[in-house]
Amino acid sequence: MITLDGVRAGYDTPSGFVAAVDGVSLTLADHEILGVAGESGCGKSTLVRLIYGEFGARTPLRLASGSIAARFPGADGGAPIAVPGERLRAHWWDLVTYVPQGSMSVLNPVMRIGAQFVDALPGRRRGHGMDAEIAAFLAEFDLDSQVLRAYPHQLSGGMRQRVLVAMAAFVHPRVILADEPTTALDVVVQKRILILLRQVQRRQRNSVVIVSHDLGVHYQVADRLAVLYAGKLIEIGPTDPVFARPLHPYTQGLIEAIPRVGDDQPRGGIEGRPPDLAAPPPGCRFHPRCREARALCARAEPALEEKAAGRFAACHFR
Amino acid sequence: MGVVAYIAGRLVAYVLVILVGITTVFVVPRLLPTNPVEAMLGKLTSQGAYMDPVQVDALRRSLTDAFGLHGSVLAQYGRFLHRVLLTGDFGPSFAMYPTPVSTLIREALPWTFGLLLTSTLIAWTLGNLVGLLIGLYPNRTSSRAMEAVAVCIYPIPYYVLALVLSIFFSYIWPIFPLTTTVQGAPWTLDFVGSVIWNSFLPALSIIIVVFGWWVISMKALSQTVVQEPFVHYARLRGLSETRVLGAYVARNAMLTQVTVLALQLGLMFSGSLVCEILFAYPGIGSLLYSAVVQGDYNLLMGTVALSIVAVATATLAIDLLYPLIDPRVRYR
Amino acid sequence: MRGSGRLAAGLSMMAVFAVLGFGLPWFAPNDPRQWQTVPRNRLPSFAHLLGTTNLGQDTFWLLTWAIRNSLMLGISVAFLATLIGVLIGLTAGYRGGATDRVLSFVMDSFLCLPGLPVLILLASLLQGSASLPLIAVVLVLFNWPFPARQIRAVALSMREREFVHVAWFSGESGLRIITRQIFPYLRPWAVANLVNTVLVTLAVETSLAVIGFSSAQQATLGTMIYWAVKYQALLAGRWWWIGPPVVAIIVLFIGLFLVGSGLELRRAASRGRSIA
Repeated sequence: MITLDGVRAGYDTPSGFVAAVDGVSLTLADHEILGVAGESGCGKSTLVRLIYGEFGARTPLRLASGSIAARFPGADGGAPIAVPGERLRAHWWDLVTYVPQGSMSVLNPVMRIGAQFVDALPGRRRGHGMDAEIAAFLAEFDLDSQVLRAYPHQLSGGMRQRVLVAMAAFVHPRVILADEPTTALDVVVQKRILILLRQVQRRQRNSVVIVSHDLGVHYQVADRLAVLYAGKLIEIGPTDPVFARPLHPYTQGLIEAIPRVGDDQPRGGIEGRPPDLAAPPPGCRFHPRCREARALCARAEPALEEKAAGRFAACHFR
Repeated sequence: MGVVAYIAGRLVAYVLVILVGITTVFVVPRLLPTNPVEAMLGKLTSQGAYMDPVQVDALRRSLTDAFGLHGSVLAQYGRFLHRVLLTGDFGPSFAMYPTPVSTLIREALPWTFGLLLTSTLIAWTLGNLVGLLIGLYPNRTSSRAMEAVAVCIYPIPYYVLALVLSIFFSYIWPIFPLTTTVQGAPWTLDFVGSVIWNSFLPALSIIIVVFGWWVISMKALSQTVVQEPFVHYARLRGLSETRVLGAYVARNAMLTQVTVLALQLGLMFSGSLVCEILFAYPGIGSLLYSAVVQGDYNLLMGTVALSIVAVATATLAIDLLYPLIDPRVRYR
Repeated sequence: MRGSGRLAAGLSMMAVFAVLGFGLPWFAPNDPRQWQTVPRNRLPSFAHLLGTTNLGQDTFWLLTWAIRNSLMLGISVAFLATLIGVLIGLTAGYRGGATDRVLSFVMDSFLCLPGLPVLILLASLLQGSASLPLIAVVLVLFNWPFPARQIRAVALSMREREFVHVAWFSGESGLRIITRQIFPYLRPWAVANLVNTVLVTLAVETSLAVIGFSSAQQATLGTMIYWAVKYQALLAGRWWWIGPPVVAIIVLFIGLFLVGSGLELRRAASRGRSIA
């Protein structure tokens, strides 16, 4: 499992440090699928980068305070590993893998899929027989072994995304991080990839973090849902109860914005846009857009509290 | 299908470019007020050669014929195209009568070809390697020094550099010959050594100038490629830095540089002509020069037309080889 | 930072050349183009800062005159070529369709043609009577396709940009969109290209001159080298004759290149800022 404790991290800009993730504490349990939701610019991708350990001197992302640690049963006898900040450890990909967004631009356009697949494998697992093993593995993703000989531009968007999922899953990692894995794909392809991801997780018994702005995605696959707003974790809990009875007005707004079949009422949604992270509003960061905001909300920042069993939210009045 | 369409497109463009080039060679002399036949006759008579009017008339007729100047402009154009494209025949050289222009060109061509091919390959490879290193490690002292050198030599025109080199190596520190004189029987060790020895300065001056350009363009290019998401993702997957730089950065950047090479050929060819003239190197450039100096119109038209065809053909060759190395074209 | 440093260095070098080429020739004591106006083959002295030539010209004043002509040729060709290139490139990229195909083909053909042999052909047929304006016209002919091709690519992508769409839907005419929306966007690029074309023009003219095919009546940096080489300044060790034009050209080129690349770096930097 991976634990974030009071993590404040962000980027140095000409006008000073801007925290994209601010005071976030959460635990990714073993064998769970954690969905991370929120509008663009709420710190979702930054959170994934932090968990992957892609921060420190050689990257623009800086960990200002807090800590991130990983503890995997079996590996290293379960002792906690500080998530690498300075540089990626050589074998990190064995433990934590990453499915990026934008499948066209993340694959080398002039290299065959097979070679790129093998590239990510640790040296000891290369060699003869690998191709057959990879081909067998790809078959589980409904991908023909021909794919290995293809170049990225020869595959459809859905196929490329499945290749990326397969690349991330092939090493049987402890954690798969998926950053908007289905964005820009049509709904049918999207559903297929989500089901594949879920199957992989069940079979390999690892943890998956799915980042998506689309609550529909989380409804389909996530065991737990974490909602970020302006760098703050404002609600986290098991998916079904969260959807049935959201605790935070922001979560409620997001859920209400989902279109439903047979409902021709205009969707409520949330007025306005997330605040500028360089100058967030005082108190509760959501209060300027909140329909239920009261005087207290502008003054005091609500803490993330357990409101029901396993359900946490940061709101003064819920 | 994609490849066929690609090749067909290139071939059509190639034919059209050659047509445009040959037409230019045809049109330019006809736009000028001077009549090449009269100019030629004037030149012959002014050299003191006595000719009676009958001779002059016969010569005028044969010159008009040789230049293809009889008949309407359209008929002339048709004959010109037919002659140049189908037979490669430009008539006899006047200065070296009766050697055909095509023979002279055939003798000069390997020299130019060898010089340009060798120096281009060396400069392209070295320049791109250095440019890649500078682009990847822009903050190293050696990178900054190398870049400063490239910035200073790139803008210098070929012939100025050639001139400086010739001043240095032939007057101040005379180790290389200033003009080309080849010794030894063809294809003996002596001969080859002598060719290399004599080609050294012209090749060096081309390499140095072209090198600077490749360094500068490759630096900019590799800095862009390094920021591509696929490079970032490769690093995230824990690939070794050598693998990332070689297979992900360099391979992509080099492919772009091949297409740039195709675009630069014309410029490089022009540059090599000047180098040849300055070093009296027995290639197309020197042939062109002597044609001009001796007023040898047939030779002049032949070399200029050949220059156009040669550059267009070399460009076509690169374009046709390109799908073999870039899969994106192959399957588009 | 480095872009502005380059730009400053390049601009100050160019300022020196502007003074040398456009300011000083007015003060020349006599027409430096005339032969035998001063004693021949003198070493540099106070009377003749860079000595005198074998033909009895004052090298310094001849140099100022040559710089003047070279700069004028380079700037006028670059200006015309860039103007034509931008107009044709914009037309091709903006109109698209058959117009684009025809114009693109013409551009590509001209890019493939080696310009120097054709120039040599022309110069030789004119037998030394090629004037600088004529050479300029031919140079323009060979130098417009490069900016045109690049501008076309930019214009193609510009058509899809949001602000152009906005202008389109708000009912502005095509010409107005080009002049009011697209051209300001291209201006920095056009300036950089202008500088680079000056460079190319000077390189080609000097190449022509050095092998004796430029205008014989006008002094340019190239013809200066030509006469010096022709009268064996090298063999006779008259470095003050051959040296100044060679050094001037090298410095001029480096200056121009610094201005050009400085402008480009600055443009890249400002683009980076607007994204961040």
